[in-house]
Amino acid sequence: MATETLPQTEREELISGSEAIAIACSLADVDVITAYPIRPYDTVMQYVSKLKADGAFDCDFIVAESEHSQFEIVKHASAVGARTFCGSSGVGWFYAFEAITVTAGLRLPVVAMVGNRALDDPGAFGVEHNDAMAVRDLGWMLYWVGTAQEALDIALLSWRIAEDPRVFLPMAISCDGSFLTHSQAIVNVPTQEMVDQFLPQYDRGRLQLHPDNPITVAPQVNEDWLMEIRRQTDDAMRRSSDVIREAYEEFKQLFGRGDDSPFIEEYMTEDADIVLVGMGTLAMPVRVAVRRMREQGKKVGFVRVKFFRPFATDEIREALSHCKAVGVIDRDYSYGSPSYGGVLFNEIRSALYTLDNRPLMQSFIAGLGGREVLVRDVEEMTAMVQDSIDSGQVKEENTWIGVRE
Amino acid sequence: MTTVTQELPQVRGVKQIPVFEGFTSGHRTCQGCESALVMRLMIKAAGPRTIVVGSTGCMYVANTTYYSTPWVVPWMHTQLGSSGSAATGTAAGLASLMRKGKMQEEPINVIAFCGDGGGVDMGLSAISAALQHDEYNLLILCYDNESYANTDIQVSGSSPWGANSTFSPPGKVHRIMNRRWKKNTVPMLAAGHPDVRYVATACGSYGPDFTNKIRRALTIGGPTFIHSIDPCPKGWDYDPKYSHELGMLAVETGIWVQYEIVDGELILNGPSRAISRGIRRRKPVTDYLQRQGRFAHLTEEDLQFFQDRIDETWEKWWIPGIVPFGPHDEGE
Repeated sequence: MATETLPQTEREELISGSEAIAIACSLADVDVITAYPIRPYDTVMQYVSKLKADGAFDCDFIVAESEHSQFEIVKHASAVGARTFCGSSGVGWFYAFEAITVTAGLRLPVVAMVGNRALDDPGAFGVEHNDAMAVRDLGWMLYWVGTAQEALDIALLSWRIAEDPRVFLPMAISCDGSFLTHSQAIVNVPTQEMVDQFLPQYDRGRLQLHPDNPITVAPQVNEDWLMEIRRQTDDAMRRSSDVIREAYEEFKQLFGRGDDSPFIEEYMTEDADIVLVGMGTLAMPVRVAVRRMREQGKKVGFVRVKFFRPFATDEIREALSHCKAVGVIDRDYSYGSPSYGGVLFNEIRSALYTLDNRPLMQSFIAGLGGREVLVRDVEEMTAMVQDSIDSGQVKEENTWIGVRE
Repeated sequence: MTTVTQELPQVRGVKQIPVFEGFTSGHRTCQGCESALVMRLMIKAAGPRTIVVGSTGCMYVANTTYYSTPWVVPWMHTQLGSSGSAATGTAAGLASLMRKGKMQEEPINVIAFCGDGGGVDMGLSAISAALQHDEYNLLILCYDNESYANTDIQVSGSSPWGANSTFSPPGKVHRIMNRRWKKNTVPMLAAGHPDVRYVATACGSYGPDFTNKIRRALTIGGPTFIHSIDPCPKGWDYDPKYSHELGMLAVETGIWVQYEIVDGELILNGPSRAISRGIRRRKPVTDYLQRQGRFAHLTEEDLQFFQDRIDETWEKWWIPGIVPFGPHDEGE
C-alpha cells in the first residue's frame, strides 16, 4: 500500500448521509446488495437502485421480501466471496435479528447501515439508538456516524476492516435517522483510483464456499466445541482494534482527513472539569453548547464515542481520567438497568471503574424518538453536573431531559 | 435471463444413476431415514460442482456434527426459514462475481434444502421470493417427513390430518388434535409463480425418477422447487425397514401424487399417472395409515373420513389430486 497522499482530485457534492453511503457502495464495487423498505435507512437503497438503473454501478441488487431474507441473502453471498451491503432501521433490524446474529457467528464480513429509528410500538420514525445497540454483544462492530462525510469514509473503512482476515466480522454503520440519513451536507467524494488503492478485493480464502474448496460450514457443535468457537470470535473482536487503527491511519494519509483516533473524538477536553459524552449527530448541538459555555468561562468538554464495538476502553479511560465529572447523554433507554442509566452511560461507568480517581457520573436520557436536543438542554445537563461537583455527590444518577410531566 | 447450466443427462433406470457419492458416511441419521437417502440421491444427481445449503432440521443436526461431515461437496448451514434466501444469496454471489470477472465462470449448481417445517411453514415467503428471481439458477428441495422431526416430532403445516405428534397427542377429550389438512404446497407454488419453469413432487422410493427430477430442475434454468415425501420411522412410528415401502404406499393410495410441472405443463409420473388414467386402482388409505403408529388412534370413522377426503381429491378436484378449484359451472 502506498502511503503518500494522492493529489486532491475529490469532487465536492451536496448529499445526504444515505447518498454518501450509496456512493461508497459504488466506489467499493459491492457485489450483492439487498433492500427492503423501512424508514429512514431505505433512502440509501433508493440511491443504490438509481445508480444501478443508470448504469453507474454494477451489482446484484435484490429487493427481498423481508428484512430476515435481506440479511440472509447477503450472508450467503458473502460466504461464496461476494462483497455485500444491506441495512435496516428500527423494528426492521429486529425482524432480521436471527440472520444478524448468525452472520457474526459465521464470521462473515457483511456491512450494514442502520438508519437509527425508534422501536415500535407506538410507531415513531425518529432516531433512537436502541435498534443498532441490540447487536452489541453479538460480534458486530458498531460505529456511530457524526456527519455525511464520515458516513462515506467509514463505509469505505468498514469493508476494509470487516474483510480483513484477522477480523472477518460484520460491521454496522449507525446513522441517526433524519438528522444524518436525510440531511444534506458538502461531502468530498474520492476518486475511484483513491478507493482502489485503499480497498483491496474481498478474499474469503480457505473459508470460501466453492466446489474447489468443499468445506462444511457451521456444523452442529454443541457443548463440545461452542466455547472454543465463541472464544475465536472474541479474539477476532480483540484483534479488530489494531486493524481499525492501521486502516484509519492509512485512510488519513491517503485521503487527507480524519480525527486523532478512529474510536473517539475529543472536543475541548484538555482542561475540562466536566466532560459530556454522546454519540452520533448529538455532537452538533453539544459542540455549540460547549463553545458557548467556554465563552462564559465554564470548563466543559465533549467526547463523541464513534466505535461502540469494539469499545475503546483505554482511550475512553484516558479521555475521562482528568475531569471531575462526566455527563453521559444517551439517545437510548435501558429499562431496569443499573441506576436506570442509559446503555452508553453504564458502559462508560464500567470502563472507568478501575481508575484511581473516578469522576462523578451522571446519566441523561435525551432526544428519544427523534426529539431535538437543543443547546439549552445541553446547558441544563451541564448545570446539573456542576451541581453534583459543587455538592460533592450525584443526587439523581439518571435524568430524562425535556420530558413533559 | 439465466446463465448456462451444467449438462446433466436424464437416466433410464437404476444402473445409470451416477456412481459418484457426495453424501457419504459421517452422519447420524436414524436407521431407515428416507431423508438421508434423498440427500444421497440429490447429490448423486447434481454431481460434484454443486454448492448445497441446508436449513435447520434433521438434515442439519443429524448430518453435520463438528469434525464429522458426510458432505463431499461444499455445504453450509442456513437458518430454518432461509432456504429460499440462502439459495438466492449463494446464486447471486456467484453470478455477480463471475459477471465482474472476480471468479472463474462456470455453471455451479446451487441447491438449498429445507424440511417441511422450514419450507412449508416458516420459509414459505422466502421460497416464494426466490422463485421470483428468474435470473438465478437454483433449486430448493423440501424434504417432507411431515413433522418437525428434529425437535421431537411436532406437527407442521405439512403433517397429515389426525397424525399423532408431540404437539398433537390423542387425549381423553380430544382424539384428533391435528385438524389441519396437509398443505398443498407444490400447486400453490406453481400457480403462484408462473414464470418458474420447473416444480415437482418426488419420492425417494423411485430412484431414477427422483434423479431425473433433480437434474431437470438443475438444467432447465432459473429457480426451481421439488417437494419430496420422506417416510420417517421415528416420526411415523414404524419399523425402519419399511421406509421404501411406505413411500410407495403413499403414492399407490393416492395420498401423495407424483408429478412435475415443466414450462406450464403438468406431467404425472409413475403410479400416479396410471391412477389418473384409470389403468391402476388406488389402494385403500388404510393400507398406508394402518402401517404407522402415528395413526393408531384413528377410529373407523376417522379412517373413512380420511378415505373420503382422498377420494374427493381424485374425483371432485378440477385437476385430480392436484388442483381443487376450477371454473364455475355456468350450465347450459
